Amino acid sequence: MRQFKGKAVQLPVSDPTLLEVTELETVFSTRDAQIFAVNSVSFDLKAGEVLGVVGESGSGKSVTMMSLLGLLPSPPARIRNGSVMFSGRELLNMKDAELRKIRGGRIGFIFQDPMTSLNPVFTVGFQLMEPLRRHLGMSRGAARKRAAELLDLVGIPDPAQRLREYPHQFSGGMRQRAMIAIALACEPKLLIADEPTTALDVTIQAQILELVRGLRQKLGMAIIWITHDLGVIAGIADRVMVMYGGQIVESAPVDELFGNPRHPYTKALLATVPSIRGDRADKLSSIEGITPTLTRRPAACAFKPRCRFAFDRCGIELPRRTGLGSGHDVACFLQDGQGATSNV
Amino acid sequence: MSEAGLTGDALVEVRNLKVHFPITAGILRRTVGEVRAVDDVSFDISSGETLGLVGESGCGKTTAGRAILRLAEITSGSIRIMGTDIVKADARSVRELRPLMQMIFQDPQASLNPRMTVADIIGEPLREHEASTLRRRQDRVDELMESVGLNRDHASRYPHEFSGGQRQRIGIARALALNPRLIVCDEPIAALDVSIQAQVVNLLEELQDRFELTYLFISHDLGMVRHIADRVAVMYLGTIVELAPRSDLYADPKHPYTEALLSAVPEPNPATERERQRIILEGDVPSPANAPSGCVFCTRCPKAIDLCRRERPEFTKIGPSRFVACHLAGTDQPGPQANLRPVPSN
Repeated sequence: MRQFKGKAVQLPVSDPTLLEVTELETVFSTRDAQIFAVNSVSFDLKAGEVLGVVGESGSGKSVTMMSLLGLLPSPPARIRNGSVMFSGRELLNMKDAELRKIRGGRIGFIFQDPMTSLNPVFTVGFQLMEPLRRHLGMSRGAARKRAAELLDLVGIPDPAQRLREYPHQFSGGMRQRAMIAIALACEPKLLIADEPTTALDVTIQAQILELVRGLRQKLGMAIIWITHDLGVIAGIADRVMVMYGGQIVESAPVDELFGNPRHPYTKALLATVPSIRGDRADKLSSIEGITPTLTRRPAACAFKPRCRFAFDRCGIELPRRTGLGSGHDVACFLQDGQGATSNV
Repeated sequence: MSEAGLTGDALVEVRNLKVHFPITAGILRRTVGEVRAVDDVSFDISSGETLGLVGESGCGKTTAGRAILRLAEITSGSIRIMGTDIVKADARSVRELRPLMQMIFQDPQASLNPRMTVADIIGEPLREHEASTLRRRQDRVDELMESVGLNRDHASRYPHEFSGGQRQRIGIARALALNPRLIVCDEPIAALDVSIQAQVVNLLEELQDRFELTYLFISHDLGMVRHIADRVAVMYLGTIVELAPRSDLYADPKHPYTEALLSAVPEPNPATERERQRIILEGDVPSPANAPSGCVFCTRCPKAIDLCRRERPEFTKIGPSRFVACHLAGTDQPGPQANLRPVPSN
C-alpha cells in the first residue's frame, strides 16, 4: 500500500460551510402509492469535514444524496421542498447543463457496486480521461498522463498498462480503486461515497479505508460516507448522522455519538452489533419489528412501533431535532425535557 | 489431520475433501485447467455444536458447505455423516439421509419460489419425503410457522408479501420440516438489515437448543461468527488455514491470515479505531485456478519465508483442538506486535 506523506490538513476553527441542506423532502409517486422517502432533512458540511451517514435500507440515506445531486429520475421522484446550497449556490433549481458541470467536477461520487458503475465496453483509461477532458478541458495526451497519475495515487500498480484494460480485467478492490480515481479526477471539494466498501471483502475494505484516510489528509476534501456499518463510520467520520424512516434522528461528533448515544434507535443499533473483541453476550440484543414503510407522511415518531421507551406522545406528534449542546442533536421526546424521563 | 478432535461422537467427519471444477475451452470443451475451489480440507462437526466457517468471497466456504450435503460434485476425499460415507454411497442411501441434513440459503428472495404459498414452500419437503395426509401436513406447517415466529394465519400468502427477515424465517421453517440433525447455514444473515440480523441469529440459537440441531454456519461476518459458533474454521483459497475453539481463535490467532482478517474488522469505537495498528494485506486473493505453489497465503503473507513459497504447510495440531497450517506456527516467530503495521510498498 502506498503511504501518503504530507501533513494532516489543519483546518481553521471557523471552517466555511461547503454544503447546506435545508428541509429537503423527496417523494416517489407510483400509480398505487406515494413513498415519502426523505422527510425534512437538514444538515450542513464544512470544508474538509467527513460526515458519516448511518441507516438501514429504506432509511433514506442514499435518496437524500441522489436528490441533492439531481440524480433521481423524475417521475417517479419529486423533490417537494428544500434547498441545497453548495459553495453558496442553490443546486435544486439549477439547469441540468450547469449541474452536470458540478457533478464529477467539484462533487465526485462513488457508488456501492464498482462493477455496475463502470461501463464495461470502455477501457478504464477512457472512463478516467472523460471527466478530465470534459470538466478541465485537457488534451488527450495531458488527460492520459493525469489518468496514469491518478491510478498511481489510488495504489494501482503499473498504471500505464492498466489504463488500456477493461473493468472486467480488474478485481473488485481494483475496480473500487478505479472508481475512486475517477471520482477524484477533477479534485473535488466534496466526495460522496455511497456504501463504497459494502460489496468488498473485509481485507480489501481495510485497504480502501486506509487509502481514503490517506487521500483525505493529502487532498483535504470533504467527504459524505454512507454506510450501515458502524465500525467503518467509527474509523473514518468526524461527525455522524443517523437516519431512520427518511429522517435524521440523531447527529453528533463521532466520539459523542458512540460514547453518548441518546436516541433509542442509535443505542439499539450500537448494542445489536456483536464485536470481535471484548465481552461476548449470551443473547444478542435485537430490535424487534421491521423497518417502516413510508407510504404516509410521518406525523409521529417513525421508530415508535419498535421503541421500548415509547409513550403516548410519540404516537401523535413528530419529534423535532433538539440540540443537546456540543453539536449533538436528537429527535426524541425523551430528550427534550418534556418527555417522561431524560435517561433512557 | 492428526487424530484429535476426532472425538468419536462427530456427526460430520470430513477428510481430505477436494472439489475441483474443470475449466473448459473451445468447441470440444477440452479441459484446460481446474479451479480448486476446495483443496484438501479436513474437519469434524460434533453433535449439537456450531462450527463457524469464515473466509472471504471465493475462498471455497460455500462450496465446502454444499459438498457436505452432496450438492457439489466431489473430486476426492470422504464425508461421513453419522457413519455413512456420502461420497461413496449410492443415490438411494443419500436420499435417505437427506431429511437429516438441510440448508438455509443466503438470499431468501432467491431461494423461495415466488409462485408458491408459504404453506406450500414449508410443506414441500414433507410431501417429498413423508407419506402423510394433507391434514397432518397442514398441522405440521402451522407448528413450524409458530416455532420460527411467523403468524400461522399468513400460511396462504406468497413470499413477496413478507419482509426480508420474515422470508428468512420461512426458509428456516422449510429447513426444519423434516426434523434434521444438521443444518448448513450459508450466509443466512448477509442479505438482512443490521437490526434484523440479531433477530434471525437469536432464532437460530433458540431452535438449536430446542431441537438439538448441529450447525455449519458459513459467514464472512466475524463478529456474528464469534457470537454463534463454538469452534471456528478459517478458509483461504480452498484450504482451512486455522481451526480453533472460538475464544482461542479470537484472542490468540495463530495463522497470519487469521490475524490480518481480525485486524481488518473495523470496531464501532472511534477511540480504538484511531489508535489501532492494522495489518493491511497487500494485493488481492490469487485465483483458485492458479493457486501459488507452497502455502496458499504466501503471496500476501507479511511473515512469509522461503520455505513458505516451496512447501505447502501441513494442517497440524498445535494445542487442545487447535489446528493450523503454517510453517511458522509453534516456532519462535516474531510476535504479532512486530508486524502490526501497515506495510509500505515503496
